[in-house]
Amino acid sequence: MKAFAALLERLTFSPGRTAKIALLRQYFAHQPDPDRGYGLAAITGTLALRTARPALLRELAAERSDATLFAWSYDYVGDLAETVALLWPDSAGGGMPGLAAVVEALQQTAKPALPALLAGLLDAGDASERLALLKLITGGLRVGVSARLAKVALAALAEGRASVDAIDEVWHAQRPPYGALFAWIEGRAPPPEASGAAHFRPPMLAHPLSAAEHGAITPALYRAEWKWDGIRVQIAAASAPARLFSRGAEDISAAFPDVLAAVDFNAVLDGELLIRHGERIASFADLQQRLNRKAPGAKLLAQYPAMVRLYDILFEAGEDLRPLPFDARRARLEAWFARIAPARMDLSPLVPFADFAALAALHAAARAEAIEGLMLKRRDSAYLAGRVRGAWWKWKRDPLRIDAVLMYAQRGHGRRGSFYSDYTFGLWREGVLVPVGKAYAGYTDAELLLLDRWIRAHTTARFGPVREVAPALVLEIAFDGAQRSSRHKSGVALRFPRIARLRMDKPAEEADHLEVLLRLLA
Amino acid sequence: MAHPETWLKVTPEGLYCVPAGCYIDPLRAVDRAIITHAHADHARPGHRAVLASAATLAIMQARLGAGAPAEGQPLGYGERLRLGDDVTLWLVPAGHVLGSAQVVLEWHGSRVVVSGDYKRAPDPTCAAFEPVVCDVFVTEATFALPVFRHPPPAREIARLLASMALFPERSHVIGCYALGKCQRLIALLRAAGWEAPIWLHGALLPLCALYESLGVALGDLRPASAAAKADLRGALVLAPPSALADRWARRLDDPVLALASGWMQVRQRARARGIELPLVISDHADWDALNATVDAVAAPEVWVTHGREEALIHALGLRGIRGRALRLLGYDEEEDTAA
Ligand SMILES: [Zn+2]
Ligand SMILES: [Zn+2]
Repeated sequence: MKAFAALLERLTFSPGRTAKIALLRQYFAHQPDPDRGYGLAAITGTLALRTARPALLRELAAERSDATLFAWSYDYVGDLAETVALLWPDSAGGGMPGLAAVVEALQQTAKPALPALLAGLLDAGDASERLALLKLITGGLRVGVSARLAKVALAALAEGRASVDAIDEVWHAQRPPYGALFAWIEGRAPPPEASGAAHFRPPMLAHPLSAAEHGAITPALYRAEWKWDGIRVQIAAASAPARLFSRGAEDISAAFPDVLAAVDFNAVLDGELLIRHGERIASFADLQQRLNRKAPGAKLLAQYPAMVRLYDILFEAGEDLRPLPFDARRARLEAWFARIAPARMDLSPLVPFADFAALAALHAAARAEAIEGLMLKRRDSAYLAGRVRGAWWKWKRDPLRIDAVLMYAQRGHGRRGSFYSDYTFGLWREGVLVPVGKAYAGYTDAELLLLDRWIRAHTTARFGPVREVAPALVLEIAFDGAQRSSRHKSGVALRFPRIARLRMDKPAEEADHLEVLLRLLA
Repeated sequence: MAHPETWLKVTPEGLYCVPAGCYIDPLRAVDRAIITHAHADHARPGHRAVLASAATLAIMQARLGAGAPAEGQPLGYGERLRLGDDVTLWLVPAGHVLGSAQVVLEWHGSRVVVSGDYKRAPDPTCAAFEPVVCDVFVTEATFALPVFRHPPPAREIARLLASMALFPERSHVIGCYALGKCQRLIALLRAAGWEAPIWLHGALLPLCALYESLGVALGDLRPASAAAKADLRGALVLAPPSALADRWARRLDDPVLALASGWMQVRQRARARGIELPLVISDHADWDALNATVDAVAAPEVWVTHGREEALIHALGLRGIRGRALRLLGYDEEEDTAA
């Protein structure tokens, strides 16, 4: 457990991607099987463990510490698992067993025996092992490592034997502690079998289109499609049971039983998950309602019916179509769709265009809520994992902008915990500021410090972690869209609002009025 | 026996020994002072006459310049001195920084030990703390919460060296205070086998030179400001904590920012400062050491000068020891600011 605890500790504090990869790589290189496989599972979120509630941690701590001292300590540290880990008395325990032994013990222990097991482990370990254990069983590793980054580290370890995409290709057919995967990566065994269970195939991604490439976009070379404002999904129905994956390979099947109920075919499809009311595609905010719910009830399913708008086909009846050019796949997709006619799905139409100027006009006019811009796909491009330069372009419509006034600020979390980094901004309506949104992003570190200092100097009231500030700072807010919303006081909800610029130069009275925003509504 | 409360008083200037006619670590300039150690919050400028260890006097002289005491009287550890109206006084090592001392005061049959700042963990740059049995023990309480339990310093140095091995091309910049922590880190690194040059921010140079002149060998030290950028690739650099956040650290190429402090035990503290490698190395007693020390000196009564006094007094109360908070305002509760 020591090595895993040390890894978590360093990952927590290392902001750099390269550093995180180096730390992971070293861990995978030096830890034995099956310890490292469970470590990989814990980091990528595939480890199924019995979880402990905070109340159990408190009860355990109460047996080993004075209540008053515990309360003062918790108040000071601010994190329950960390408080218990630090304050638990050291006994010359000689260290916890390895991660695999700990995981297996947790998996095999019946619930009533859990407290005794935990107390024994806490006694055996040191503070850093205790923290790793407690974070593991409370499900809060939070080390800022995505599954993708862990695979990048595995690929680094493979030294050319396995690429990130090749690892991605088989990843979802593997289970902790990933013995076969490590054997392949270290060159001791052939690649593990990827077929069989329905699993995720790494998706093809697009580069943003810049002005330099405009000249290359001709109807002879490229097809155009709308870029939909939902989430990219993959329907993996090559074997039963079918599954629905997000673009990040997260299995979201349980959240979308309505979509999966319509899957009665043998194919792997690429498309956009959307909420549809009759013919109208709903805003992203509606989709958010479904994404937030791991197991939706009947009412939610009826209120926000989901569908998938298809744009590519990867496998049909076991045949891998990915090597085919886009046009050929498109023809297969259309033929397949005409034949199967699946419920809760439709085809994302091709958008015909005569030349680039015509396309640019379409791009500029795209204001429908559900459209984020255009996708441009080379007609002769095979379906390749990752971002292949020149094959697919995304051409997002330009962000909308308003000048708003900072109203409230709140402390951030994690790395930004000591700064005021979450901002509520408002627009004028009849001489009064009405809050219209919150921004957490878009600023540089230097701007964050500046904002933090400004906020501390201009606070007019405090409510817990929130500060109200004098209406004197103008923020230029960029956002991708605006929808009517009854949940917001202003009647409008912004999509992806972020701070484009600090307008220190602009008097607050000259910030925009709410009407300006209302006029932008689709 | 005269209870110490009758002859050792809390005044706005600090702790005052009435029969000796002098203050201990006074917070304002006074006529006569006994100084436990040379950290800025304990050794203030402007006193006329100061009694302290020779090393403490030398450091005060170097740091305070015109504010150094007009008259310094050095006293070796264990040397008895009669002072004022029949007070017997001697100094005992406190293990905090070079020259740091506990002040033992005896008057009319009772004995008080004013410990200043102290630690129990080993430190190659200064004499180790010695417990002295007493009637009243005056202690600090900087880390008086049970969550503060400092790991062995060698373990933290091993973590640092492991990081340097994993990231050989990145320089490691360690924030540390100029007096004590800096030299202790260097000595710990040397003890762990690090013989390569250690680069120092300009603010750390004078005290390292002074330590060496007082007989603490620190090995190959070089000024970082004179170094070419290439020299600092993969190098070990020490700097005051304040330099980590400013332009000074930014001229290094993708450095690993480390900070050596007892506060680094709490993650939020490290995160808030953007520290990538927190090193829990403290020159103060941790929770276990505070409690063990109180037991070792067998004092029925403990006075707490500064820090988390309520927690320590609560824990002492559970063991039947009387605790009293002196609430002396002016000593650093943060360790961070003590240079
Ligand atoms: Zn000190
Ligand atoms: Zn102090």
